[in-house]
Amino acid sequence: MANQINVLADKCIGCSICVSACPFGAISMVERPEHPKKFKLAVIDANKCTFCGACVQACKVFKAIEMKKDEVKAAVDMSLYRGVWVYAEQRHGVVSAVVYELLNQGRILADKLQVPLSAVLIGSNITSKAQELIDRGADKVYVYDDPIFAEFQDDSYTAVLTELLKKEKPEIILMGATNIGRSFASRVAAKIYTGLTADCTGLDVDLTTRNLQQTRPAFGGNIMATILTPRHRPQMATVRHKVFKEAKVQAGRKGEVIVNKVDASKIINRTKFLEFFKDCSAHVNLHDADIIVSGGRGLGKPEGFKLVEELADLLGGAVGSSRAAVDAGWIPYSHQVGQTGTTVSPKVYIACGISGQIQHMIGMGSAETIIAINKDKDCPMMQVATYSLEGDLYEIIPSIIAEIKKARA
Amino acid sequence: MHIIVCIKQVPGTTNVQIDPEKGTLKREGVEAVINPFDEYAIEEGVRLKERTGGKVTVITMGPPQAEAALREAISRGADEAILVGDRAFAGADTWATSYALSTAIKTVSDYSVIICGKQATDGDTAQVGPSVAEMLDIPHVAYVKKVEEINDKFMKVERMMEDGYDLIETPVPCLITVVKEINTPRLASLKGKMNAKKAVIKQLNAQSINADVEKCGLKGSPTQVMKIFTPPQRKGGEKFTGEANVQAQALVNKLKEVNLI
Repeated sequence: MANQINVLADKCIGCSICVSACPFGAISMVERPEHPKKFKLAVIDANKCTFCGACVQACKVFKAIEMKKDEVKAAVDMSLYRGVWVYAEQRHGVVSAVVYELLNQGRILADKLQVPLSAVLIGSNITSKAQELIDRGADKVYVYDDPIFAEFQDDSYTAVLTELLKKEKPEIILMGATNIGRSFASRVAAKIYTGLTADCTGLDVDLTTRNLQQTRPAFGGNIMATILTPRHRPQMATVRHKVFKEAKVQAGRKGEVIVNKVDASKIINRTKFLEFFKDCSAHVNLHDADIIVSGGRGLGKPEGFKLVEELADLLGGAVGSSRAAVDAGWIPYSHQVGQTGTTVSPKVYIACGISGQIQHMIGMGSAETIIAINKDKDCPMMQVATYSLEGDLYEIIPSIIAEIKKARA
Repeated sequence: MHIIVCIKQVPGTTNVQIDPEKGTLKREGVEAVINPFDEYAIEEGVRLKERTGGKVTVITMGPPQAEAALREAISRGADEAILVGDRAFAGADTWATSYALSTAIKTVSDYSVIICGKQATDGDTAQVGPSVAEMLDIPHVAYVKKVEEINDKFMKVERMMEDGYDLIETPVPCLITVVKEINTPRLASLKGKMNAKKAVIKQLNAQSINADVEKCGLKGSPTQVMKIFTPPQRKGGEKFTGEANVQAQALVNKLKEVNLI
């Protein structure tokens, strides 16, 4: 039997609350001339419905929507899967900062589930990094250390990780939602047929089902969805940098390091890494920055970024931009924040001459503190900013720079 | 060279408005558009065709309305279009979507490159491209910002990373996902628009691609939505006005209070 959802015609009063509650736009209202009071009727498009239950919830007063979900049958023997894992992504021999955040959240989940927390480290000349992961809360570290893993390539990394997941059977594996993590995790999840939830901002576990409750923004953050992988294991999730706090270092913490030998000749790797070109234009990486100073159309000219840069340098932050500034050719695309650029979540986001189009807001709306500098006090960015400064940014920014220098002197 | 471009129809977000009372998207009057990242994928497909000769096939999985997105792609230079649609695909998560797409692509013979946008703007997962590659058992490179070289044996691409870019060589057939930096999409030409009007869209369904219905749609999806809620709306804070230096001073004082300076 398939899932079923029905609108009870005698209970529906045509209020259309369900229409706006449906995140998938699956409900529409139709005229009902035969109804004594001419109430409209909600109709659910079965092609769009995902049986999320939002409409049932919205209609709890009238109880006009009934949903029956299939009994879920496990695709695998779930009892064989135990343990929480973190993929310890490294780039050029340095463990990515997001890994320490995953270890913190992973530790919380592992303690709740009363299982060990393990990390997987893949790279070349990397074994020495295992203790760092133990110091940050890992009980066990699986290491693949071989020259063939010097650079991230989807084929070879997928081959070893899927092999290890099949053998060790963890119930959860968390990965960073980095360029590497998103590409790598997708490939692994496809191969082992399990669920993967991208960009989680909240992770918890249900102790009865041991299901990972993965909360993530959808539709550009206007809606949050909690997603489960109820029938498959391991449950895979990616998490963006700076969503969780970093695990504290407990120097000399005890843990087990398991170095797995690989037969390099047996690893199929179809792609060839040729060379890495470092981006020298950015002093601070947008993804890692705690403070971002961004410029938009309101700068009026490319030279405006000199001022933005000066403020960013002073605060030890990175330089971001709106799409308008990139399209105008004032700054390279790698600085673009927003839907078609980079999503960031710094502690402080300073928007200089950025009005705050929805596409830009999607990319930075989770910043802890937003400071907006704009001539237009009514623009969206000024409306949501923690602190909004109204006026000419060419007067305000130099004043801020002067004040900061004064405060530090 | 035969290039396949995977596209998705998404709600056009340029006009999206949020209902201030409920905090949800206002859906009424929101038009469906080609996922913005897929526009770069289509353009790159057409450019590779212009470089190497051959044809571009666009493919999408979706409801019958998604045909509009396919015709739009043809108006921008794609040659053929396939709509993979079936009631059985409804409610698919990224795994089941990738399964349907890859199974459909298996019915298309002799392709060299599959191009996808890096992610779709409605789901933002970036998972379907790499998953399709895995299910087709071909290599992939994600976040491609430039195709440096392409021939019938291999292609050399620049993979955008957080700290710069990697130059990667991959044999063909392969799949790439592309970022915005890769090109500037052209507008539809008059000839393209006429082609789009005339084009016959190939229709595929679960049966015609021989898909295992147990792996399709909601049924085949490992992930399930447990609940949906609206996050609290961000409220504005303190507003400074007046002389620039007064405002700056007030701000810096605030930042000192919270130890940001």
